[in-house]
Amino acid sequence: MNTVAGKVHQELPKTDPRVKLIAAKLKKENYQPDALIEVLHTAQNAYGYLPLPVLSYIAKALHLPPSRVYSTVTFYHFFSLKSKGEHTCLVCTGTACYVKGAQAILNEIEKKYGLKPGQVTSDNKFGVQVARCIGACGLAPAVVIDEEVHGKLTAAEIHEKIHSKIAVL
Amino acid sequence: MNRQELTNLRSLAIDKQQNYKHKICVCCGASCISSGAEAVLKKMQDEIKARGMDQEVEVIPTGCMGPCNQGPLVKHMPDNTIYQKITEENIAQIIQSQLIDKKPIEDILLFADSREKPFVNANEDPFFKKQLKIALKDCGELNPESIDDYLVHDGYHALGKVLFQQSPEEVIAEIKQSRLRGRGGAGYPTGLKWETVYKHVNDHKYVICNGDEGDPGAFMDRSVLEGNPHRVLEGMTIAGYAVGANKGYAYIRGEYPLAIKRFELAIKQARKLGVLGDHILGTDFNFDVEVRIGAGAFVCGEETALIASIEGKRGTPKPRPPFPAESGLWGKPTLINNVETLASIVPIINLGGEWYSDIGTPKSAGTKVFALAGKINYSGLIEVPMGTTLRQIVYEIGGGIQGDAPFKAAQTGGPSGGCIPAAHLDVRMDYEALVNLGSIMGSGGLIIMDDSSDMVDVARFFMEFCMDESCGKCVPCRVGTKMMHDLLQKICDNKANSNDLQRLEELAVYVKETSLCGLGGSAPNPLLSTLRHFREEYDQRISKPVVNSY
Repeated sequence: MNTVAGKVHQELPKTDPRVKLIAAKLKKENYQPDALIEVLHTAQNAYGYLPLPVLSYIAKALHLPPSRVYSTVTFYHFFSLKSKGEHTCLVCTGTACYVKGAQAILNEIEKKYGLKPGQVTSDNKFGVQVARCIGACGLAPAVVIDEEVHGKLTAAEIHEKIHSKIAVL
Repeated sequence: MNRQELTNLRSLAIDKQQNYKHKICVCCGASCISSGAEAVLKKMQDEIKARGMDQEVEVIPTGCMGPCNQGPLVKHMPDNTIYQKITEENIAQIIQSQLIDKKPIEDILLFADSREKPFVNANEDPFFKKQLKIALKDCGELNPESIDDYLVHDGYHALGKVLFQQSPEEVIAEIKQSRLRGRGGAGYPTGLKWETVYKHVNDHKYVICNGDEGDPGAFMDRSVLEGNPHRVLEGMTIAGYAVGANKGYAYIRGEYPLAIKRFELAIKQARKLGVLGDHILGTDFNFDVEVRIGAGAFVCGEETALIASIEGKRGTPKPRPPFPAESGLWGKPTLINNVETLASIVPIINLGGEWYSDIGTPKSAGTKVFALAGKINYSGLIEVPMGTTLRQIVYEIGGGIQGDAPFKAAQTGGPSGGCIPAAHLDVRMDYEALVNLGSIMGSGGLIIMDDSSDMVDVARFFMEFCMDESCGKCVPCRVGTKMMHDLLQKICDNKANSNDLQRLEELAVYVKETSLCGLGGSAPNPLLSTLRHFREEYDQRISKPVVNSY
């Protein structure tokens, strides 16, 4: 209990450029509590995820109870409390992709890397996620590897695609 | 900027464009960008410049042109010739043949690999010929990042017209006459909604643009926001004038970074030009818009949940009444319209409500944008008059099923909708006809399935979606979707008996009748519609009843 509390209330270094980004956003939004989601977007963009001390910092700045901030973060899929990995492979599981074999791609990824959606390799180098729909239905099935969209993939091609984009694997 | 200055500016922009002999449009919709359109655009711009042709050829990025799986697409205007699957290697050839020799290149014409004789003028191709573009008009022809280009396409003309020639009552009357209905899915008459908000007297009112397009398999709103953001912004401003609001919010999904970027740019440009902000076009009307980024919750498409999300809270819905028109954002009267609805406002103001109401069916006027995807030859973004049959969409526009497989079902309305079987291919697509078949119009996702699709698994897929997306506030939805999902999983695993199926059907009715908001209320739809049209697939997997199984 002590350790968790200690971690949550850990002071953030003010010189950290990521903290500066959040501070600037807070100021721009005039520290209004209704800007919470906007600020969380900024924080997640800066860190790649939302570490607990950052949530505590935002709660204080917006005069919101930490529980409000935490419950908001956990409500929305977009926000993540843990790192998604340095490199990511996001498989779209929207209806068009589902009809065209997204599950086969996910099965192939699990077979090759032992990762299920939401999991990250132990060295934090590579993570696998799923999306509800990335809106590229004309290219189904679609996979986003490090922000680059690849369409019309088959399960047989996925390993090569990931490998060619992410050298560390 | 006053109205006359805006007209002058428009003439200037038109003159400038008329100096060009050719216009090369490179589709930079989401699908084409994913296929490498940005590199094509850059190469085209560089090449035109290097050849010293930039005085007579204008090269611009545009929004979605429609045939998304043929990208990247390049269109030549004024010939209206579209080339498909373009790579950097094709650029020199296009410049030489199309621009200099004036000869179209047959083997890279749109649909050259699938049609016996592809069309040089794309408008003659059945894919486009059967469509009627109103909300999507100009999308694919103008540069979404240029307000000048929007002005050339009559941009902000409608805003000037309402501000100087029409009272708010007259604007509302025009919208009512058009018989436009909400394109987000429910189909509530837009004019009535505007009137309700107008009638509530309050110092503060709000206009919200619902761009939280959460249905998997739907990308209409995204394409409109990316392809013609000013059209939506102008629609919001007109709505603000009509209902008496001074502030608007555009709630856009976080998954659509390009739409957010372009809409924010449009806001900046409009403010600078004086068509947004204080004293719009020199009048006393003030209206400003801010973007709010969604954070990935399907339930936020529901209006009360969306309002909670804009207020920075968990996106849980509230019971209605009070409706947002009476007490919405921060307790003030609020108008919420979908992106496509707002994109239809400008043409209605420009061409009249009567013109719009003449299109479509008696109960559903106008056109509807569909995102056509799945096992279909030409997937993409289409807009057709209400009342177009499903068969026309699938076989004439969509070019039939991939590999000539038999059509099995079309899924409309996403997780809130249902499946239309082959027996109803001739259904005329409008709000009422789809409800009669146990589906809904929804926001416009249209997924085509062939005989390889397992309909029980389709029902399970959507139920899993609703189970995950249930906000948890009311029990019928939170617990009911989970129980229905588990029963569907059991059927998929061939472990269910007929008692399970009976329980599933009972649950579907309970959840539908007793959930708080539309998510739970419509969550059983995919299940009920597959049960109605494909019951034999359920029966095949079910063993005989077991006595005392409870």
